[in-house]
Amino acid sequence: MKEQEKQVFSLPSVMRDIPTHFCPGCHHGIIHRLVAEAIDYFDLEDIAICVGSVGCSVFIYNYIDVDSVEAPHGRAPAVATGVKRANPENFVFSYQGDGDLAAIGLSEIVYCANRGERVSIIFVNNTVYGMTGGQMAPTTLVGQKTTTSPYGRKGERDGYPLKMAEMLASLPGCAFSARVAVNNIKNLMKAKKAIKRAFEVQLKDVGFGFVEFLSACPTNWHQTPLEANERVEKELIPYFPLGVFKDKLEREK
Amino acid sequence: MEQKKRLFVKGNEAIAIGAIDAGCECFFAYPITPQSDIPEYLSRELVKVGGEFIQAESEIASINMVLGAAACGKRAMTSSSSPGISLKQEGISYMAGSELPAVIVNITRGGPGLGGIQPSQGDYFQATRGGGHGDYRTMVLAPSSCQECYDLTIQAFDLAFKYRNPVLILGDAILGQMKEPIVRWKEREDHPEEGAEWRLTGKKGRAQRIIKSLYLEDGAMEEHNLKLLKKYRSMEADLKWEEFLVEDAEVVAVAFGSIGRIVKSSVRKLRERGYKVGVFRPITLFPFPYFALEELAKVGKRFITIENNTGQMVEDVRLAIRRYGDSEFFANMPGKVSTPEDFIEPIEAMCKK
Repeated sequence: MKEQEKQVFSLPSVMRDIPTHFCPGCHHGIIHRLVAEAIDYFDLEDIAICVGSVGCSVFIYNYIDVDSVEAPHGRAPAVATGVKRANPENFVFSYQGDGDLAAIGLSEIVYCANRGERVSIIFVNNTVYGMTGGQMAPTTLVGQKTTTSPYGRKGERDGYPLKMAEMLASLPGCAFSARVAVNNIKNLMKAKKAIKRAFEVQLKDVGFGFVEFLSACPTNWHQTPLEANERVEKELIPYFPLGVFKDKLEREK
Repeated sequence: MEQKKRLFVKGNEAIAIGAIDAGCECFFAYPITPQSDIPEYLSRELVKVGGEFIQAESEIASINMVLGAAACGKRAMTSSSSPGISLKQEGISYMAGSELPAVIVNITRGGPGLGGIQPSQGDYFQATRGGGHGDYRTMVLAPSSCQECYDLTIQAFDLAFKYRNPVLILGDAILGQMKEPIVRWKEREDHPEEGAEWRLTGKKGRAQRIIKSLYLEDGAMEEHNLKLLKKYRSMEADLKWEEFLVEDAEVVAVAFGSIGRIVKSSVRKLRERGYKVGVFRPITLFPFPYFALEELAKVGKRFITIENNTGQMVEDVRLAIRRYGDSEFFANMPGKVSTPEDFIEPIEAMCKK
């Protein structure tokens, strides 16, 4: 660095300095970085075990440099349960998309939360199936057109979008559940706090930690990165409200 | 020295006790008849020795919990019956692809579909041909007595870690529910260093480890599959089978598991009547003892395969002896509980041919 320069920002230490495969405007890049920052913040690099899932985030183990195990589609919460029961001293987290967590994996996430497993789960909700090319997701909004809902999702035929953060908050085993977004700095700073809390409830042996991230998918929304970012604000947040729905640590204060 | 314990238990219990003595640390399963005795026993006893037990929400969840524990190098097991084993196939395929050790118990019931809770051997193909998607195999051990249920469960864990592969114990409703005395010869021991070269522990002091089965880079999948193929071939080092009164036999009955046991009784009765008959009982169904059967065919023996299904292991028998002849097949239909008398006629008919 030149004289009179001061480094104010850098890649988190646990994050590899390699280009990611994400599309321009995808929020995975930001969310990966926030997760990595939280790992650094609590000094978990050496004891973390990541349970990878199936979707655009399948390569998380290439970007976040911690011991990792790949789970079948939807099963990360069950795999994480096995890991944590086997190695309770390790910090166990998983990172899943909306198909993985809320469709095929709905049973596994509910029971993992219901048992109060000491794991932390990051859920990235972009209302569409990214990796497979834009099909309808459990969180696709009513009226939203996708490759398998070409006329727009109909509530009566296709069901209504699932609100995972609220659903899991209702379970006694769930110690922390929140929904956040990273479409602007204000939301991003709240997201950082939420991740920390979801990690803390594991580290303090309180219960299951969950953070739902609203995310943009410009490619499958057929929008520019900026338009997609706007859509998070204008269309997603009104249906999926941001906030903390459960915080056992807060109650204890 | 402590006297070896002699217990009078069901086959299911013998398996559960074998798991405890083998050092099983994690057991995750879902109830299904006729194997629920296994999770019931372990829910009581595994916690007493410091293990983890979860009655999972499904067979799918339980195999994935096993996957997670196995990734950490722990001795992990699940048990189920036929339809539940079908549910586990994706998880087993992932475990084979990721080279993870585990023990999976199938106490077979009638099928297909919901079938019934009567015994059958209808899952032979599923067990010995991988069972799920992709080119993989699991070792398969087929006990025929409660003592073998105990012994083979202990062996299964050792084999799983020797080969870094899932191992399947293939029983059935007869074995699971019948009671026999067993000798509990093994003392439970820990295996703290098992899997130390590959298991996940947190990367302190070393590079990241990734346990996965995804291979997208050029040539990677070919290389990986070749490695697995070689591994499965190397499992022949642990082939196991029983030959009963085979040396001077003109006709050899080939049967496995509980049927193998019952056929021995049939053969004893036929011997009393002067027939020169014997039994070849594969104990490892994968790898299958092809060469041992071929040796018997070479010297002119004739074969009748008897199974509690509509014809599965007979294909492996025919493959084994194809250079020398064919095998007759007798189906004890799924759901029918057989006695030694049921097999006397077909074996006798074979002798008279």
